[in-house]
Amino acid sequence: MSVPHSLLALLREGPKYGLQLQHEFESRTGEVWPLNVGQVYTTLQRLERDGLVETDDGEPERSQKRYRITATGARELAEWLRTPPDLVPPPRNELVIKVLIAVHLPGIDVHEILQVHRHHVVEVMQRYTRIKAEASEDDVGLALVVDAELFRLEAIVRWLDAADVRLKQWRPLAPPAPAAALPEPTRTTEVSQ
Amino acid sequence: MTSALELHQVSKIYDSGPTEVRALSDVDLSVERGELVAVMGPSGSGKSTLLTIAGSLDDPTSGQVLVDGIDLAAVSRSDRAKMRRRSIGYVFQDFNLLPGLTALENATLPLELDGIRAKAARATGLEALEELHVAEHAGRYPDELSGGERQRVAIARAIVGERGLLLADEPTGALDSVNGEAVMRLLRAAAHRGVAGVVVTHEAQLASWADRVVFLRDGHVVDQTVAPPGPESLLAAGERR
Repeated sequence: MSVPHSLLALLREGPKYGLQLQHEFESRTGEVWPLNVGQVYTTLQRLERDGLVETDDGEPERSQKRYRITATGARELAEWLRTPPDLVPPPRNELVIKVLIAVHLPGIDVHEILQVHRHHVVEVMQRYTRIKAEASEDDVGLALVVDAELFRLEAIVRWLDAADVRLKQWRPLAPPAPAAALPEPTRTTEVSQ
Repeated sequence: MTSALELHQVSKIYDSGPTEVRALSDVDLSVERGELVAVMGPSGSGKSTLLTIAGSLDDPTSGQVLVDGIDLAAVSRSDRAKMRRRSIGYVFQDFNLLPGLTALENATLPLELDGIRAKAARATGLEALEELHVAEHAGRYPDELSGGERQRVAIARAIVGERGLLLADEPTGALDSVNGEAVMRLLRAAAHRGVAGVVVTHEAQLASWADRVVFLRDGHVVDQTVAPPGPESLLAAGERR
């Protein structure tokens, strides 16, 4: 999630104070993504340095400063909205590694491990769903944020379900035939000779 | 106080020639009034079997099923049929509305089958349609309704009258996720008004609307969640990010 671009988007509606930006950011993301006010001011300073926002002249007190988006800032925002986020996953997914390890570990029931994780993820989903259930149905910001989390978590459950079925059907290749089994025909041959 | 639904050591074995299929094994489950429980499991885990047995549409091979404290095995066939009409509501994946009846006639069908006078049944049916926000479509036939509206009518039919137990099998069917969510909101609301609800599904997003999620695997209950804590815990987690 990009805090700088979210702030630019809020400033696109008109000039605003730092504290106001913090409140609006939180309310529009359904208060699921808290943002502290220090973070807001640090980000605004950086945006100002890069020429993406500007302030009214002559007000030294940061809480009194009103921020405006510049033409460069508006261009940056428009470009950012259309830039696809990096969808390449991190090289190592901890849950996948745990399951891969469990598959080969003696004395471990991999299906039980899968269930432990499924249980945990579904519980987190129940908590997110409760936020949505108890919010007003027209709080679209909250619904969008919570939906994104729910779809992400659901994908994990679906992977766990698929892993469960795959591992249930999986028959590991028979270990290589014991070395002793191979010479037998030879011995037979020897006997027959 | 008795639970709305209790299953004790319920097993179901389908005998097909030389092989027997154990669909449910020693399942224990109880559902209270005001509670929505989701039963989650992959295909073939026994979810639908569990629901048909809970709804007295099929008998267990062994074990006990109690609806409102009444042992289904101990009542006559006609009394069981009466319980199915009066105490239990079903919602199916494909809605199962009768095409020749209007939304209101579909919703009042269980009452009329139960011998309630048409006028009284009509008033109660309208109340149920109102609860599901489809009263304005009362006079329409199923093929004049959208998928979401049809499922609302089906839920109205399931909760009409004084039903204490609501059983739903993959109730969001082919609906998109937003309409599916609306169905789950309605089931949750019905449960929280005092009905005991059981939803079987393989979808985690639907299951997460329940107060409790029971995991079924190969006919066994392997695990279940407890009622989730409030959302504060998630917001606190967010602050640490």
